[in-house]
Amino acid sequence: MVGPTTVEAGRAGSVRWVPIVRLSGVVALLGRFPALAGIDLEVGPREIVLVQGPNGAGKSTLLRLCAGLLRPESGEAEVLGHDLRVHRAAVRRSVGLLGHDTALYDDLSVVENLRFWALASRVEEAGVGPAIERLGLPSRLHDVAVGKLSAGQRRRVALAAVVVRRPQLWLLDEPHAGLDQGGRDLVDQLVTDAAHDGATVMLASHELDRTVDLATRHITVAGGTVTSDSPGGGTGGVDDVG
Amino acid sequence: MLADIRLVAAKDLRIEFRSRVTVSQVIPFAGLVLVLFGFALDANRPVLETATSGLFWVTVMFVATMAVQRSTAIETSDGARRALLLAGVEPAAVFVGKLIAVAVQLLLVELVLVAGVVVLYDARIESWGLLVSTCVVATIGIAAAGSVLGALVAGVRARETVLPILLLPILAPVLIGATRAFDDALGSVAVDGWAWLGLLAGFGVINVVLGALAYGVLLEET
Repeated sequence: MVGPTTVEAGRAGSVRWVPIVRLSGVVALLGRFPALAGIDLEVGPREIVLVQGPNGAGKSTLLRLCAGLLRPESGEAEVLGHDLRVHRAAVRRSVGLLGHDTALYDDLSVVENLRFWALASRVEEAGVGPAIERLGLPSRLHDVAVGKLSAGQRRRVALAAVVVRRPQLWLLDEPHAGLDQGGRDLVDQLVTDAAHDGATVMLASHELDRTVDLATRHITVAGGTVTSDSPGGGTGGVDDVG
Repeated sequence: MLADIRLVAAKDLRIEFRSRVTVSQVIPFAGLVLVLFGFALDANRPVLETATSGLFWVTVMFVATMAVQRSTAIETSDGARRALLLAGVEPAAVFVGKLIAVAVQLLLVELVLVAGVVVLYDARIESWGLLVSTCVVATIGIAAAGSVLGALVAGVRARETVLPILLLPILAPVLIGATRAFDDALGSVAVDGWAWLGLLAGFGVINVVLGALAYGVLLEET
C-alpha cells in the first residue's frame, strides 16, 4: 500500500490520520479497457499530490475516478469518506475538477457562466466576483461571451468556476495548459492557497519543472497502477497543522 | 428541484436567444419545408388541403430533430454534461429543464407554421382550443422523447445522423395522433380530435416519466 505522510489532529487532541482519498486494488474500466488496473493510493488532508506518468498511463482516469465520475469495477475506493461504489453523487459536490474541457457555455458571458455554475453547485453567487478578481480577469471581459475568449482566458474562467465551488478536493488535469506565464504562476498560487485553506489537491501534469517544487508528494502512474511514490519539495498546507 | 429546472431551462433558452439559431435558421428552414411541400402538391389543391395536418407535423418533426441536436450539443461540446453531474444537479431536473427549453422553441416554430399553413395552404381553423391543446401536448411528448434520445446518443460519434434514425420512429405515434387531432381542428377530416389528444397526452406522460427516470443513467459516464 502506498501511504501518505500527512497527519491531522483529532478532536480530542490525539493524532489520527484521515484519508481524503483511499484506493485499494481499484480497477476502473473505460469501455472494456482497464484504465486503472488495481491501483493503491492514499492521500491525506492538505496534501498537494503531483500525478505524473506517460500519456495513457491512467492519470486523467484516476482524477475522474476520484471525482466520482467513474464507478470502480473492483477494489475498495473511498473519497472524502464516501464509498465510490455506492455514494458517488455525495463525492461530486465536494470536489472541483478541471479537465481538458472547460465546461463553459460559449454563448454565455464570463459572469453568466460563473453564476450558472455557482447556482447549479448551490454555492453563494457572491463568490463569483472575488473568483473573477482572483483569476485576474479584467472587467472588460466580464460580459464577453466565453466563445470569444482566447484559450488561456477560457482556462482562467474554468479555474474561476472551480474556485467558486470552494471544493474540499481539487482535481486538476494539466492546469497550466494554455496559460501564459502569469496564468501559470496564478495556478501555482491557487494550489498552494487551497492547501493552506484546508483542501487537498491532486494535479496531473507533464510540466515537472513547475510542479515538482509545488507538490508535497509525487506519484507516478504507469499502466494503470502507481509505480512510484516519493515526497516533493512543496509544503502544501501541512505546516498549518498544529 | 424546481430551482434546478428553472436554472437549466433559462440557461438553454438564453443560449438559444443569444445564438439566434432558432430565429435565423430553424424557422426559415421550417418555412422552406412548408413552401416546398406546397410546390410539390399545389397542382392538386384538394390533396394539399387534406394533407395540411400531416405536412405541418412532418415539418415539426424535422425541426424537432434540429432543436434536440442543438440542445444536446450545448452540453457535449465542452464537457458541460460532466460538470452538471459534478455540480450535483438532479438529472431529472436537467431533463425537465432541457425539455422545457426545446418545447418553447418548438412552440415558437409551430406558431409560425400555423400562420404558414393558413397563408400558404389556405387552411381554416375551426377549433382554436383543439389546435392549441394539440400543439402544447404533442410538443411536450416530442421534446421529452427528443431530450432522452439526445442524452442517449450524446456519447456516440455519429450522433447527428443516429439521432433522427432513432427519434423519428419513436415519434410516429405523436405524428399520427397530432395529425388526426389537427384534422379535426382544421375541419379537413371528420374525426374525434379530442380523443386523439387524449392519446397524445398519454404518450407525453409516459415519455416525461420515463425520461425523468432514465436521464440519470444516461448522464453517467461509462
